[in-house]
This record gives sequence, C-alpha cells and structure tokens, in this order.
Amino acid sequence: MSEEHTHDNPVVLDHFLNPRNVGDLADADGVGEVGAVACGDVIRISIKVRDGRIREARFRAFGCGTAIASSSVTTELIRERSVEEALRFSNAEVSAALGGLPAAKSHCPVLAEEAVRAALADYLARKNRS
Amino acid sequence: MRAVRQVYLDHQAATPLRPEVEEAMRPYFRESFGSASSLHQHGLKARDALARAREQMAAFINAESPEEILFTSDGTESANLAIKGTAWSPKRRGSHFVMSAIEHPAVMGSVEFLEQHGFSATRVGVTAEGLIEPESVRQAIKHETLLVAVHQANHDLGTIQRIDAIAEVTRAQGVPLYVDAEASAGWIPLDVQALGVDLLSFSPHRFGGPKGVGVLYRQRRARLASLLHGGTQENGRRAGTENIPAIVGAGVAAELVGRECARRARQVAGLQERLWSGLQARVPLLRLNGPELGRGRLCANLNLSAEFVEGEGLLLMLDTRGIAVASGTSCVSKSLKVSPVLQAIGLDHGLAQGAILLTLGEQNTESDIDYVLETLPPLVAKLRAMSPIWDEYQQGTTDSVVSPRPAGRPTTR
Repeated sequence: MSEEHTHDNPVVLDHFLNPRNVGDLADADGVGEVGAVACGDVIRISIKVRDGRIREARFRAFGCGTAIASSSVTTELIRERSVEEALRFSNAEVSAALGGLPAAKSHCPVLAEEAVRAALADYLARKNRS
Repeated sequence: MRAVRQVYLDHQAATPLRPEVEEAMRPYFRESFGSASSLHQHGLKARDALARAREQMAAFINAESPEEILFTSDGTESANLAIKGTAWSPKRRGSHFVMSAIEHPAVMGSVEFLEQHGFSATRVGVTAEGLIEPESVRQAIKHETLLVAVHQANHDLGTIQRIDAIAEVTRAQGVPLYVDAEASAGWIPLDVQALGVDLLSFSPHRFGGPKGVGVLYRQRRARLASLLHGGTQENGRRAGTENIPAIVGAGVAAELVGRECARRARQVAGLQERLWSGLQARVPLLRLNGPELGRGRLCANLNLSAEFVEGEGLLLMLDTRGIAVASGTSCVSKSLKVSPVLQAIGLDHGLAQGAILLTLGEQNTESDIDYVLETLPPLVAKLRAMSPIWDEYQQGTTDSVVSPRPAGRPTTR
C-alpha cells in the first residue's frame, strides 16, 4: 500500500509542508486542545464565531506529518459552517479530504475531530456564561 | 520535485555496496553460478568461494577456525538461530534466558517466542545511558540459565557495552554468552577469542557488503541446533543453498573493513563531533540520548530529541530536503508509540516522541554535515512554531525537561 507513507500522498504532503491557518486567534471565541505529548499527538484548534457560524479557524499541532495535515485541512473544512453543522463534523471528512488514510494513521483525523468538538464546547460554555 | 542534495544518515539500516565488493560478487551470478553442494566443477568453484569467504570472516573476528563461521540470510536469522538454536539443542541444560531490556527486536522477539513455549527470561535493566551493568547480569543468572544474550553496541543509543566484563561473569558462572554485534561490527574491532564469547552475530550490509547474508560465529563447543532442516550445508546447522554471490561480497567487505576499521572510526568520529557540536550550538533544547561522545558511544550514532517537536514530522521534513534519518518513535502503531529502548532508559515520553536517529557512514563528508547544520535547525524552528506545546513553553505554562526553568508544569502530564 503506497499510502502507508506520508510522502506518497500528495495532499497530505502539501498540507504538511504548507500548512494552512497555523497559529492562534487573539480574540478566539473557543479554543480546544486535545491529545497528549506522551502519546505523540497534541492538536489545538481556535475558532472565531459570528452570527452562529465559524468565520475563522487556526490550529497548532505537535505530531507526525499526518497529524499536522489533518489539523490543517480541518481548519479549512469547518470554516463557514454553522455551530450546529460543526458539531456534526466527522473525522471521515478529514480522511476523505486528504484522499484517504491508512488505518495506522486513522487516529490523526479522530484527534482533529475531537479538537473541533473541544473548541465548540469551549465556545458554548463561554456563551452560556455571558 | 526539484533536485535536492542527498545526505544519507541512516547507515544503521543499510549502506551502499562498496565497488570492490560488487566487483568480487559479479562472476558468481552468471559465470560461476553453481551450487556449493554439487559434485561437479561448477560446485567446486562455489565451494572454493565459500571457503575463502569463511576464512575472510574468521580473520575479521579472529575466530580460531573458519568452521566456526555460519552464513545465514541476515542479522535477524542469526539472532533467531543463536537463541532458538541454543534452546532446542538436545544437550541443553536449563530453560532460562538472560538478556538486557534494550536488545534488538530480533533478540527480544526470539526470546518472547520461547517464553510462549515453556522457557523463561530475565530482562536486565540498564542505566539512563543504556549501559548493562555486568553485576546485574551476574545477579540475573540462575542455575537453569542456558544463555545470556547481550549486544556489543546498542542499535538505538550507540551505547558500547562492557562485553569483556560481562563475558567474565558468564564464564565464571559457566553460562554461554551470545553477543549481537550488528550495530558495532565495522566500527569496533572484533576479537571473539579475546572477548571469550560463544556466539556472535553481525551483518555485512552494515559496512559496505550486500544484503541477504548474515554471519553467526559459533565457538566450536557451543551447543546449537539447526532451525532450517534439509541438506547438510553450514555443517548441518543451516540447511539451504548458499547465497554464494552475497557470501563472496560479505567476505570481501569484511576483509576491507577489517583493514580500515581504525581509520574509518576516526574519520566518522570527527563527523559525529562536528554534527553534534554544531547542532547543539544551533538548536535550543536539544538532548543527546545515550552516552556522551567518546569511548562509551559508537562513533557513527547520534540519537537526538528536539524538545516540543515530534520525531516523525521532523524526519519527513528532513527527507523533503534530501536528508535521510531514522525515527526513534513509531507513530504508525498506536500501541507501540515509544521505542522500548527509550522507555527502558526512562526517557521522558515527550522527548522519546521527538527522538530521531542519525547514523553516519564513511562516505559522509564535512560538507554533508554542514548542509545538515544549515538545514535542520530551521526545520525544528518551523515545527516548533506549529507546536502547541512550544507555545505553552513560550507562555510559561509548560516547562522544559531538557532545561527546566522552573516555570510551568512538565509537558508529560
């Protein structure tokens, strides 16, 4: 299977070498960070929400090439989604957008999905407080 | 992709075939293609070639006799044969193994297999630098111990073990000693008689020889059953038609490297020093895993962790710049994320996730090293700029393990 290696997947390689939306949002409405250094992957996603829609998303990732590519593509996928839509965001969309991933790398999109969920939970918690 | 400069720093995995070796192998593919078991003149040519290679190999490790050299298919087979062959030997005494906690998977896996079949094993712990203490080996030996298995230099950390002191222990206890010399052969002179080992294995593809051939030295009194049954090749200890071209190449590679061992080691030690001191000056929070450079460490090995960066990501980025290194982590398997060797030395899990392994070879040049010194630091910086943990370190909410400030909590919470 050629896609066992990050190098053989041009979409993954592109997102890894030229990651989109890296960093944090200074005035983020929600921030989610999931994973553990000891396990080799940590993903942080920050979102900006206006009128019930995600207008901007940024990420930081500590992890392998696929973890970075998964985070990068996720920030593109969730933009302009309503909060309700984003709550249904699935790791399958990440895998599909990256052109399919080997089973050994399936935890990377799962972690990206969890990071989105954590950011949304943070957004909703802040909203309920205000 | 545009052409990039290539710097190969994974010589532990494979080395380029030396031209003299290729030349020596060439006639044995088409002209002298016979099997060493055949009685006719074609067989005779193959037998002569085999005998010459066996002599070259015996000279390389100072074996008493060429008959003590067994040719196998590679290092993994040699380790399997040494361990399982000892276990299945009809005259064996006992059912217990002693090995270190940081053996190569070929050694570990062979012993683990035997543990599923009624054998037992003690895994001797190591120091934080990966050193096996001879005294720990002595304490682990039991009445029913049938073999002690240790390596001469560690494949991950480059730690050079005190084989002479360990051999003293095993001799005093009357237990055979198997030494895995896969990582050290070609870098450290091998003298099986002076070391007093019973079994020792190494692979010529680590020093300019071909793949597809391994060597197992068996001191002639060591008990060893065959694992491959069929013909009487290799003195009945390894049936199967010999891979003559590879064996011929292995013999020549051993002869060449045996002559040049000291010069090679000096040359590569200089590159190792240039690389480590250069990286240390250019990459903040960089840790050398394993012993300090010098007599206690293999001159070809650097195992490094750039804190707050994951190793596989760095490996892939280096590869896009033409620099080939190995990863100390195994991100492809969720269950086996950290190398057992790095775990055994108690390395912080975050640093273990960041480990990369650079192994030098004799054809590396100073200008190769300088290319790495200018390429690697910006890549670490790029990955750190993406890393949430680096950001937390900058914010002061997370602390460094390599250089504690102290501020913030440690990364591996």
